[in-house]
Amino acid sequence: MTKSSAASSADGAGRPEGRGAGTGSGTEWETVIGLEIHAQLATDSKIFSGASTAYGAAPNTQACLVDLGYPGVLPVLNAEAVRMAVRFGIAIGAHIARQSVFARKNYFYPDLPKGYQISQYELPIVARGAIDIVLDDGSVKRVGVTRAHLEEDAGKSLHEGLPGVTGIDLNRAGTPLLEIVSEPQLRSAKEAIAYMKKVHTLVRYLQICDGNMQEGSFRCDANVSVRPRGADKLGTRTEIKNVNSFRFVEKAIQYEVARQIELIESGGAVVQETRLYDPDKGETRSMRSKEEANDYRYFPDPDLLPLMLDEEYIEAVGAELPELPDAKAARLMAQYGLPAYDAGVLTASRELADYYEAVARAVPAQAKLAANWVMGDLSAALNKEGLDIGEGRMPAERLAGLLTRIADATISGKIAKEVFEAMWASGDSADRVIETKGLKQITDTAAIERAIEEVMAKNPAQLAEYRAGKDKLFGFFVGQVMKATGGKANPAQLNELLKKKLPE
Amino acid sequence: MIHRQTLARLVGDLRARKLSSVELVRACLERIEASQPALNAFISITAEQALDAAQAADRALARGDGGPLAGVPIGHKDLFCTAGVRTTCGSRMLENFVSPYDATVVERLKAAGAVMLGKLNMDEFAMGSSNETSYYGPVRNPWNTDRVPGGSSGGSAAAVCARLIPAATATDTGGSIRQPAALCGVTGIKPTYGRVSRYGMIAFASSLDQGGVIAASAEDAALMLREMAGFDRRDSTSVDTPVPDYVAGLDAPLEGLTIGVLKEFFDEGLDPDNERCLREALTVFTRLGAGVREVSLPNISLSVPAYYVVAPAECSSNLARYDGVRFGHRCESPRDLQDLYKRSRSEGFGAEVKRRIMTGTYVLSAGYYDAYYLKAQRVRRLIAADFERAFGEVDMLMGPATPTAAFPLGAKVADPITMYLNDIYTISANLAGVPALSIPCGFARGLPVGLQIIGPHFAEQRLLQAAHRYQLETDWHLRIPERFA
Repeated sequence: MTKSSAASSADGAGRPEGRGAGTGSGTEWETVIGLEIHAQLATDSKIFSGASTAYGAAPNTQACLVDLGYPGVLPVLNAEAVRMAVRFGIAIGAHIARQSVFARKNYFYPDLPKGYQISQYELPIVARGAIDIVLDDGSVKRVGVTRAHLEEDAGKSLHEGLPGVTGIDLNRAGTPLLEIVSEPQLRSAKEAIAYMKKVHTLVRYLQICDGNMQEGSFRCDANVSVRPRGADKLGTRTEIKNVNSFRFVEKAIQYEVARQIELIESGGAVVQETRLYDPDKGETRSMRSKEEANDYRYFPDPDLLPLMLDEEYIEAVGAELPELPDAKAARLMAQYGLPAYDAGVLTASRELADYYEAVARAVPAQAKLAANWVMGDLSAALNKEGLDIGEGRMPAERLAGLLTRIADATISGKIAKEVFEAMWASGDSADRVIETKGLKQITDTAAIERAIEEVMAKNPAQLAEYRAGKDKLFGFFVGQVMKATGGKANPAQLNELLKKKLPE
Repeated sequence: MIHRQTLARLVGDLRARKLSSVELVRACLERIEASQPALNAFISITAEQALDAAQAADRALARGDGGPLAGVPIGHKDLFCTAGVRTTCGSRMLENFVSPYDATVVERLKAAGAVMLGKLNMDEFAMGSSNETSYYGPVRNPWNTDRVPGGSSGGSAAAVCARLIPAATATDTGGSIRQPAALCGVTGIKPTYGRVSRYGMIAFASSLDQGGVIAASAEDAALMLREMAGFDRRDSTSVDTPVPDYVAGLDAPLEGLTIGVLKEFFDEGLDPDNERCLREALTVFTRLGAGVREVSLPNISLSVPAYYVVAPAECSSNLARYDGVRFGHRCESPRDLQDLYKRSRSEGFGAEVKRRIMTGTYVLSAGYYDAYYLKAQRVRRLIAADFERAFGEVDMLMGPATPTAAFPLGAKVADPITMYLNDIYTISANLAGVPALSIPCGFARGLPVGLQIIGPHFAEQRLLQAAHRYQLETDWHLRIPERFA
């Protein structure tokens, strides 16, 4: 459904706000992007039938008679899908339609069993919302969401391993989708990705979509056009279909923008068409032109009555919404004194934020340290093994245990990294690692002094140079003492004692 | 002669064990077989299953069990899906289609103990008013086999008319129950839209289709409808209001009720012989104590054009699923996908179905949608408002069911518009979703004439009551063509 994200419809904005690609011709181009995101709703059963929506089953084992479009069967709307759409609508401050209508989008395709897709056309369930994104310069941009509507997914055509024939798998047919259509207010591939990521975060917060892009649970069509900066009128758009990773969306848009500019500058004109992104070649290619486009003959589905929602229902759904990313980030800043950047990173997913808060609650005085560890060492370790925070490899209380030992000076920050690695590998607590490895920090002044004296005795030349004014060698002595103590000397104490002893 | 008994009487005799279901079913099956060459009312005859079901019914009855219709033979219009028995919808497209499930109506009648003897002939996909569009050949009118039985439920009407079975299911999208009931001289009721589940009823035009019944009398129709009606969560358009006991209310007197005579229906298109029968019928109602006055529905003349936009539009989409991919007719060795679609559909559908798919595709197309589909929907609301106004003044409306009695086979095949005008009096009730029935009220040159009674939403009981009171005073509904007497 491309009705209103149409980047070529009148865009009230028309502000030269983006960073269009500069070109050699002197014309400065502005990029205009609108996204249509398809989020698969995480219901147990399909939008109009009782069949399971679980991914990965053997072909056609999760398609009931309704999904197969058998003669005489009728659709019955899944109340859970409605609730999820309303959750999303409320979360983006949109208008929730008291009456919305399901329509039939008619076209023939083998993986479309009924010969029409049930979607919403003129009266979608969600309209006129907005999503804030943070730009590179830290400023916030509000992106309008034209509409979000419920619809059913089609099946899949399979070619692999089926020489000469096409297989049809209808397991996906009837899976509920929320199509989220933005205004054409995005001005660069980067903005598009920031918006897409924000939607991705939001649907997972709301627990209405698992966000799994490999399985196609979250995919995106991009409407792209260019116009001379400052022009009111939008350029002719192309629609890039079904791109299923952030990186590919970014690349596809970049390619498409460059292609359009080059085309116009060489005297050509952009043709309104649907294009496909080929990730192997890194380019988009024409799939069908406007002339070849189907006339979908939308009309209200007579098998489904208009969907009526009352205030009470909408209020009840609103009341059960979780804390949303923006609110959560603001709270983390206020409650834990985090900088905006940290709050933004930590609220990218609900699980990450929950994890951070569990750590921060255990060591409230070290909230910023906790943020550094969660965003730093922990995230790196998780990424390295492709794990999610929720998988329990490093429970929050265990990381908190480590931070406690840093805070009470049992170990230094440097030793902590070693402890963390051991904890990660063994699953042991920080205390156990510190104990078994003997990593407890040396805070005994006498012991540190002894070590300093030994180092001074072993390095008379450096000592003489230092005393002659080569201050830089201070670091050398720090290093040597640390080496001698296995890194366990309390760094602050060591500094102090060295300053006292070296000049003597 | 057991075939002449009403369904009401058969229910009693079966329960009293004066008659066994097997005996009754055998007798009906013999009559069906014997009638086929002349009438062609059935597309499939399910003798074996019927006898099994009859035996089971007899066993239940012997135990003192069995549903309200235990052991009663019936037939289903061949668009109600029946598990294990092919459901053709009168089309080549579904010649070999065996449904894996029972329609709700089938399920409910089965649960009530009714025994299905077979699947009844019909116009292809219920599109037609003469039963001549059936791929399985036309049904003939038992009163005169050179005449049409009406359509699309021609098989249901003819089978009840010839007393092959006491009652049959049927469907009505623009008159497909009432028109054939009128032309065959039997009683047919189209309930309120949403009263009978459409689940398992192969769709023609979803916003107009409604399942109902054709029987020999209003009482028999009430017995059937009581079992068929009711909310079904599998049909989102079915309405969750209680089903009254249609049978219990039949005897209530008509005093105090006001009948509106539909002014616009007594027009120049109405055959004078039909009009004579209808006027006479109205005097019977006056005699029964009902008030009679004329009522006007000013927008009713717009019914036919509005209907022939809405119904084809919905049909063009509803029939898209017959693409040769998953079920139904598939052409031999398709070259590619387009060829598969084109040839499967060209071969599987008949001319009238194609005409309506094309009309419907056209009226929904970009640039035409507003002028046709949206305008037709507005007309629909006007007509519904006309009815609402009328039912503020009167309790029910009466008028002809058809302009003429049964016409000869072939007479209107070449001219679809003339054929469509045969539904001129029945279509408005579908557009407004109100219940309506047709009962026999006399003969025009030897052929039955139907009186149509239309009521407000969910007034089935009142319509059946009026029809029943009329049938207690008259014997038109007891007349049987000599050949089948």
